Amino acid sequence: MPQGQLTGTRIREKRIAKRVRQADLALRVGISASYLNLIEHNKRRIGGKLLVAIAAELGAEPAALSEGAEAALISSLRAARVAFKGSSADLERTEEFAGRFPGWADVLARAHDRVGQLEHTVETLTDRLTHDPHLAATLHDVISMVTAIRSTAGILAETRGLEPEWRDRFHRNINEDAERLAQRSQALVAYLDGAGESTADVAAPQDELDSFLAALDWHVPALEGLKPKDVAQDIIAQILAQAQPLQSEAGRFLAREWLQSYALEAAELPLQQVQDWVQDNAPDPVQLAAHFGVSVPVAMRRLAALPEAQAGPHGAMGMVSCDASGTLVFRKPLEGFALPRFGAACPLWPLFAALSQPHVPLRRLVRQVGRDAQQFWAFALAAPATSVGYNTPPIFQAHMLLVPALSQAEQNAKAQDMGVSCRICPASRCAVRREPSILADGF
Amino acid sequence: MGKRVLVIEDEPNIIEAINFILSRDGWSVDTHSNGHDAVDVVLAKAPNLVILDVMLPGRSGYDILKDLRAHPQTAQLPVLMLTARGQNKDRDMAQRLGASRFMTKPFSNAEVLEALRSLVPQ
Repeated sequence: MPQGQLTGTRIREKRIAKRVRQADLALRVGISASYLNLIEHNKRRIGGKLLVAIAAELGAEPAALSEGAEAALISSLRAARVAFKGSSADLERTEEFAGRFPGWADVLARAHDRVGQLEHTVETLTDRLTHDPHLAATLHDVISMVTAIRSTAGILAETRGLEPEWRDRFHRNINEDAERLAQRSQALVAYLDGAGESTADVAAPQDELDSFLAALDWHVPALEGLKPKDVAQDIIAQILAQAQPLQSEAGRFLAREWLQSYALEAAELPLQQVQDWVQDNAPDPVQLAAHFGVSVPVAMRRLAALPEAQAGPHGAMGMVSCDASGTLVFRKPLEGFALPRFGAACPLWPLFAALSQPHVPLRRLVRQVGRDAQQFWAFALAAPATSVGYNTPPIFQAHMLLVPALSQAEQNAKAQDMGVSCRICPASRCAVRREPSILADGF
Repeated sequence: MGKRVLVIEDEPNIIEAINFILSRDGWSVDTHSNGHDAVDVVLAKAPNLVILDVMLPGRSGYDILKDLRAHPQTAQLPVLMLTARGQNKDRDMAQRLGASRFMTKPFSNAEVLEALRSLVPQ
């Protein structure tokens, strides 16, 4: 039955939902109860002034009564039905179902759309090689080099009377391939676990957030110095509407939350003030917090938000935050201090030490093993992420600000060694190693 | 039947190793290392068999295979596909496009020889 011919059904459903008697509605709009009954059973068409009058009495839009459920809703319902081939649901009655039970139809349509999104996400995450061309190409190179080494080694081992010139040539080839393989392997590991922008289409929500923040360079000039503060919501909505990396609702949710926090903190401590302060002071978040009367985590985030050109002599700063489970919830990478892209970070980071000493700020000179040996000041603090209540222990989040050590004395001073993540850490002896390393232990 | 093989592969040391073992087995070996003009080279050289890598600069091995199968001169040409991925869907794709055999890297020299001998019996 075409959409327009279900107007009567929708009127009836709406009237019943509002507990209006048929006779009363008919009286109010100036028609007989029997005529209204014919309309409600789709025996008479309705439009124009009468439709407008009935819609007004029922508190509905005339279009909602006459045009029925949104085309997208109908489309989703049809798609849901088609997806389940064995279902006995009658495809021809889709619109009637949507018109009679709009709430349930909406639930079913949303559930179907959600299933489609989740299936896409699972497929993407489990088949990264297909969706990440850089990863696929790099792995292909690695395996091709292994193939070359295997074939060449087979020739050397199995060919009797191999001429010396061939033997020398194949030895050289193996040596070349082994060297290239080592470089490629390290590059692959760095790509999978190191700092840098995420360019993959693969979207765990956290990946989307990381890409979104990287595209913004972790600061939002449009949210600085706003008056009145209510304008922030409109600006945030505009930013989210144009954000390419945000493909999922979950990603947009995380981004919205981040932007809203950013707006609040920008009002609390404008970036210009931070910029002016770091020109003459070391970027110490505890001192900054005390000077401006903000919390240390806010001071850390404001320092991390400074673009490189405005960050003073120390240059851009990195930052990472984790929740009480140790899961990284915020990453702003910094050249020379890699952050794991997937999986858990090195347990030696001051970030995690801070979790065991809440409210106690830590300051340590640190260095990542196997990296360029650049040294950094790591400022870390665990602070409550939930509001304080009686008899309720707060849930903590830890934050770590990374500032490049500038002076030669700082670069030469003894720093605490730590890794990126156990799986790729070259440290040969580590009391807190979680799993064997592919670099140190040959696994 | 002749024993002329064209190896389309961009990794130079794989080419050298395969060239060596096939030559020792009596094959006449030509090589080519990019995908752009691979189909033209196959048509020009008219080998008895092609060893074709999936990931090539310029064009994928799957696209090249598709074109070879569409051309009357090469529709029945034995093609051994090499790939770094061994999942069922990769084999299915190769089979669907008309690959004669499918081999995942890294492979042994003996596997390559066995594959060629089975595709071009002497």
